[in-house]
Amino acid sequence: MTRQMVTLDGNEAAAYVAHKVNEVIAIYPITPSSPMGEWADQYSAEGQKNIWGTIPQVMEMQSEGGASGAVHGALQTGALTTTFTASQGLLLMIPNMFKIAGELTSTVFHVTARTVATHALSIFGDHGDVMAARSTGWAMLASNSIQEIMDFALISQAATLEARVPFIHFFDGFRSSHEVQKIEQLDVEDIRKMIDDEMVFAHRQRGLSPDRPKLRGTAQNPDVFFQARETINPYYNACPEIVQKAMDKFAKIVGRQYHLFDYVGDPQADRVIVLMGSGAEAAQEAVEYLTEKGEKIGVLKVHLFRPFSVDSFIAALPKTTKAIAVLDRTKEPGAAGEPLYQDVITAITEMHIAGKLPFATFPKIIGGRYGLSSKEFTPAMVKAIYDELKKASPKNHFTIGINEDITNTSLDFDPNFSTESDKVVRAIFFGLGSDGTVGANKNSIKIIGEETSNYAQGYFVYDSKKAGTVTVSHLRFGPKPIHSTYLIDKANFVACHQQFFIEKFNVIEKATTGGTFLLNTLASKEEAWDTLPREIQKTIIDKKLKFYVIDAYDVAKKTGMGVMINTIMQTCFFAISGVLPKDEAIQYIKNAIKKTYGKKGEQVVLKNYNAVDQTLAHLFEVKVPGQVTSKIDMPKTVPDEAPEFVKNVVAKILISKGDDIPTSAFPVDGTFDTGTTQYEKRNIALEIPEWDPEVCIQCGKCSIVCPHAAIRQNVYDPKFLKNAPATFKHTPARGKDFPEGWVFTLQVAPEDCTGCTMCVEVCPAKNKKEVGKKAINMTPQPPIRLQERENYKFFLNLPLMDRREVKVNSVKGSQLLQPLFEYSGACAGCGETPYVKLLTQLFGDRAAIANATGCSSIYGANLPTFPYTKNKEGRGPAWSNSLFEDNAEFGLGYRLTFDKMNEFGRELVQKMASELGDQLAQGILEADQSTETGIYQQRERVSALKEKLKNNKSADAKQLLSIADMLVKKSVWIVGGDGWAYDIGYGGLDHVLASGRNVNILVLDTEVYSNTGGQMSKSTPLGAVAKFAAAGKPLPKKDAGMIFMTYGNIYVARVAMGYNDLQTVKAFIEADAYDGPSIIFAYSHCIAHGITMHKGMEEQKAAVESGHYQLFRFNPLLSQQGKNPLILDSKEPKISFEDFAYRENRFKMLTKSKPERAKMLLDLAQKEIKSRYHLYSEWAGIKYENDTPKEEEE
Amino acid sequence: MDLTTNYMGLKLKNPLVPSASPLSKDLDNIKKLEDAGAAAIVLYSIFEEQISYEAEEMDYFLTQGTNSYAEALSYFPEPDNYYRGPEEYLKHIQQAKKSTNIPVIASLNGVSTGGWIDYAKKIEQAGADALELNVYFLATDTKMESRQIENQYKIILQAVKANVKIPVAMKLSPYFSSLARIAKELDEAGANGLVLFNRFYQPDLDLDELEVKPGVVLSSSNDLRLPLRWIAILDDKVKASLAGSTGVHTAIDALKLIAAGADIAQMCAALLLNGPAYLGKVLQEMNRWLETKEYDSLSTLRGSMNQKAVKNPASFERANYMKALNEFSNKYTR
Repeated sequence: MTRQMVTLDGNEAAAYVAHKVNEVIAIYPITPSSPMGEWADQYSAEGQKNIWGTIPQVMEMQSEGGASGAVHGALQTGALTTTFTASQGLLLMIPNMFKIAGELTSTVFHVTARTVATHALSIFGDHGDVMAARSTGWAMLASNSIQEIMDFALISQAATLEARVPFIHFFDGFRSSHEVQKIEQLDVEDIRKMIDDEMVFAHRQRGLSPDRPKLRGTAQNPDVFFQARETINPYYNACPEIVQKAMDKFAKIVGRQYHLFDYVGDPQADRVIVLMGSGAEAAQEAVEYLTEKGEKIGVLKVHLFRPFSVDSFIAALPKTTKAIAVLDRTKEPGAAGEPLYQDVITAITEMHIAGKLPFATFPKIIGGRYGLSSKEFTPAMVKAIYDELKKASPKNHFTIGINEDITNTSLDFDPNFSTESDKVVRAIFFGLGSDGTVGANKNSIKIIGEETSNYAQGYFVYDSKKAGTVTVSHLRFGPKPIHSTYLIDKANFVACHQQFFIEKFNVIEKATTGGTFLLNTLASKEEAWDTLPREIQKTIIDKKLKFYVIDAYDVAKKTGMGVMINTIMQTCFFAISGVLPKDEAIQYIKNAIKKTYGKKGEQVVLKNYNAVDQTLAHLFEVKVPGQVTSKIDMPKTVPDEAPEFVKNVVAKILISKGDDIPTSAFPVDGTFDTGTTQYEKRNIALEIPEWDPEVCIQCGKCSIVCPHAAIRQNVYDPKFLKNAPATFKHTPARGKDFPEGWVFTLQVAPEDCTGCTMCVEVCPAKNKKEVGKKAINMTPQPPIRLQERENYKFFLNLPLMDRREVKVNSVKGSQLLQPLFEYSGACAGCGETPYVKLLTQLFGDRAAIANATGCSSIYGANLPTFPYTKNKEGRGPAWSNSLFEDNAEFGLGYRLTFDKMNEFGRELVQKMASELGDQLAQGILEADQSTETGIYQQRERVSALKEKLKNNKSADAKQLLSIADMLVKKSVWIVGGDGWAYDIGYGGLDHVLASGRNVNILVLDTEVYSNTGGQMSKSTPLGAVAKFAAAGKPLPKKDAGMIFMTYGNIYVARVAMGYNDLQTVKAFIEADAYDGPSIIFAYSHCIAHGITMHKGMEEQKAAVESGHYQLFRFNPLLSQQGKNPLILDSKEPKISFEDFAYRENRFKMLTKSKPERAKMLLDLAQKEIKSRYHLYSEWAGIKYENDTPKEEEE
Repeated sequence: MDLTTNYMGLKLKNPLVPSASPLSKDLDNIKKLEDAGAAAIVLYSIFEEQISYEAEEMDYFLTQGTNSYAEALSYFPEPDNYYRGPEEYLKHIQQAKKSTNIPVIASLNGVSTGGWIDYAKKIEQAGADALELNVYFLATDTKMESRQIENQYKIILQAVKANVKIPVAMKLSPYFSSLARIAKELDEAGANGLVLFNRFYQPDLDLDELEVKPGVVLSSSNDLRLPLRWIAILDDKVKASLAGSTGVHTAIDALKLIAAGADIAQMCAALLLNGPAYLGKVLQEMNRWLETKEYDSLSTLRGSMNQKAVKNPASFERANYMKALNEFSNKYTR
């Protein structure tokens, strides 16, 4: 039988099998496992059936805890059930996993092994999560390659049904879950043959049913629990053999033979490395290379890690083994060794004691850590370990792949050692996220993988930022299966799809001698050489690279492709890399275009064809001169005035040299200084706003909506203009709130602006002479970059208005306060960050922020730079992220500390009153801190207090000194998205709000899981399409605002800056002022809505005007005064829901996929809006006892 | 009363045909129009832009932000297949055909000879009885000669005609230097019908917002005069069927068009304002008028007042202008 060869990634490989052998699938998104759930959902939505001919039910849950609960329930009632998860998700499943194993239940969880958050979160791969689940009693089967993922997904399912031991089938997050490989796809017959229906019937029969009632889940006592717990032993004893049996059966059916432990290398090896996961592939490659050179080495690839079969393990090792290195992709601080190492020690020692050790002598055994958080693991590192094993006393408990210079555990390795074969085409592509480079490369892999006999591999490295993101694609093609599970280090083809990259870092650093360099440039073939920096020119000459150029943007423009250069650059690659004959390749590209875009319409296909045809005429080879001629030097990554840490550490990370930084450069506890985005001048905007003071009405709207704090305003005494740069603009300040003669400046941060144009969109001031122009207008950035850089520098040094003098409860006033959140990595035009920035302007100098995991934690604190910053007094937001699910509780913890410290401080002030002076003590104790002035005065008092305490050696004085700052008001802000607030964190959120404590909660409501790629949350509106709701969400958005209003004592507001920015400012101020729990739901437009981002504020307006997002403030202070606490801040819906919804692709796409259903859901949604508005307006209309006739609210 | 008429070879039971408007987006409305007595229906227009760009728009939003950030490599589930606007339109034609017994005329709105012309073929395959081409072209380019514009109309017509066998009508704007000539040329190039005229939506200025506002101003009976005059002029000059469109609000309006030489009277604004059932009232009124005036059939009225038939053909030309002005001044400037 010939099976289909397919090119897919690990997630798809696992999901493909899992969907075929299950009946119920409960899911929850978590990186990098989310695509498995998405695939499963998509298969079911498309009507794909499992091997028994029925479509599996897929259910999204509110958390991994919920998913595991649902899985447990489905298993208990007899369905074949699975789930997919990783990292903290797996940790949340552990309680259920103990039960599922304890009840001997057959199931397989497919896990993309991912780092568990410790000193920092990481989305990348290591075995920290699966190792944390070791004690649950689950079998653990490791897949090392994409082919193995598909094969083991099936083998584990077959084995669990027979063994009754549940399985974790795991593979490395990103390296395996996201690596694209050409593999042989199991067909349905294969799967059918592997699964024994009798076992399935037995599983069902064990399920609970009132028709044959049984009881499980008892409570047992000391007399019997222990004995009952030991009853399972035979199942675990039998399990390894069952797995091997399944592997043997699989080999008979499919032809690939696996073992619990697979050995590769010299049969007479004296040195052996033991490891599992994708690293085993790189080790295999190194072993094959080195054994050919005569080295007596081998690698033992662990597949079944649990139950650990000592016999099979020993039997798999060569009898000649003298030294073993055991590699763990995890760290267990304080343990005698990492898990696999300990198992190996135990196994060999046990065999030795039993006298069954087959080796001549007891081998040397060392353990080491590698690859944490997807750290590269290469053949060079493998070689270093074998070399270490040669030593008489090799280093134990070593690390490899890093420079660990604190306790010196790391092994050195030769970075130049390479096992890459010349027969393999190795290509690196640098692109922007938005230019389609990755998509085109995925396409190329499919072409080569599916149209030729070559094997193909693709791995993609993405940015940690969301705007102007750099992507690096690593593609390999060759005649043999590819085991290189590491980034390409010696590329024979490098393509740089964006000209400006060449001034940021040396893109051809990894090019091999005689290789090819393709550059997309605006320069002609004659001028191109001169545009290269010296370093690049030198590299081209030194490495004798062939240099090609194309102006892909010109071709794209001419062929109607806009800014999408993907097809063009892909054609270039095929034209000059020689992977395939040119004409053949072009035909394949066209076939692929037809396949990809066919359903999107002929027009799109033709456009792409045309682009392919036009490309070759615009692709040129540049004659490389014999010497460096350029006068351009690579600019400094960070400015000289940057702090040392930024210069020494951050700058290296920025130029992709983070791997070289030694351990000693890092904080030991994950604590960093804030305010470092200011040193990273990204210059990603092609155009930036330019201010026209004559037209400006100084309203502050541009500034309040700016997601990146890149357009700012200030009002100041003109005397400070003395040394202003010549082009620095100002105009008399408007408004009565400013001293006579003061001036106003609106200034753009030219190198931080992302060019989203949202500011221009909201600017209400039009040029009366030319209404197409406004008070700010987009203009090309490069010509004014230097001038505006100087202007911005000058602007930042102007004194800010005294916070006590600013009318903060106005849009303009709020924008005179310094943003303490700036230049984040959020999407250009982000709908969330304007709220976060506003928060920091209003309260940043006294705010402690607890941030749920999600977009806001990523743009808030993903290395290398941090947008939260400090003011001139050194005050600013203190920020931390605990987890996704516990954020409300985490923030409440802050509050408890601040309250307790404040209370203790007050007690001490009281106690020491006579010593401190009664007036000071009384001032501190009776301070009114409800205004900026009040807070300022209290800070002055506390400062005086600290001065007095400084030299006081009494125990009380020391205590008071250490907590004196807690006597000044602290605002606790708990920030997160709707995934947190509506779903995973809802229970905790409810509890914290019900606590009555003074916390402020900001829900950045994008109505979808944005950070993990658009999965449905309970905030998703009725009728919207999202992942896990491909047919449109059939149920209405949870009205969490209404739910929390029912408590009566919680301040609740719903805001949308794009509809009413002033209401937003007021709600923030009221929430902070309210001495109790507050929650603000802030409508945040999002790229996941399928909108043009610069129109985000218009989308917000439409959302409110349609009644979909009814704005209100519910202030318990009003009810305390006998007044109606509910004030509606948006009017009766004035546009239809359709008029709002069909502006956005999330709703509109359903009219294309399921038009009848779209109409039905649209009608339902409209009805829902009407009834909700009715409810709100009725409540708001109730006259409470002290209500004066209803005043017109702003 | 025999109200039958022949429009581009389609035998119609009466001359009232709802013109292209959003009303026909809803199958229920089409059914109501048929019940009210509509003799045929022109479906809402499918725009060239829709055919060309809608797919691209969807593609843009489905790919925006994808493959950029490790945690969110896409933001939407990609449906296995989806209906694009043009496909929906074809489906709509099929459904309209299925649910009614009257001829269904599809309407294509565009200005270029791009790929959308192939689409005419698909419209035919979907079952449309005829096709109305609405060439909505506003000549704003100062370098463009009027001849070029006229040729463009001809090229589009010929391209479409080469693709389909069903009758094709051209909907024209009144803004031609030589309307009679272009009408004749299109007639000779094979147009089966001429629809006079399309209404260009005229933008308005909002002085509060300082914005150009698109605004639809519905026609009134006063707007009938323009098509009325040109139908009267063209009736004996072209072989093609003539449809009067714009300003048909009452039975008298419709009858005037017929008298001028129109084969059908297309209604739009009156139906949008008064609902589909209003067509029935107009029909009833037409019947009553013809009976009262003792016409034996509608065909007797047809063309009885075209330029050739009236006593003073010049009344449709420049002289009429003088007369109208004189009357105006007599009335108001005494």
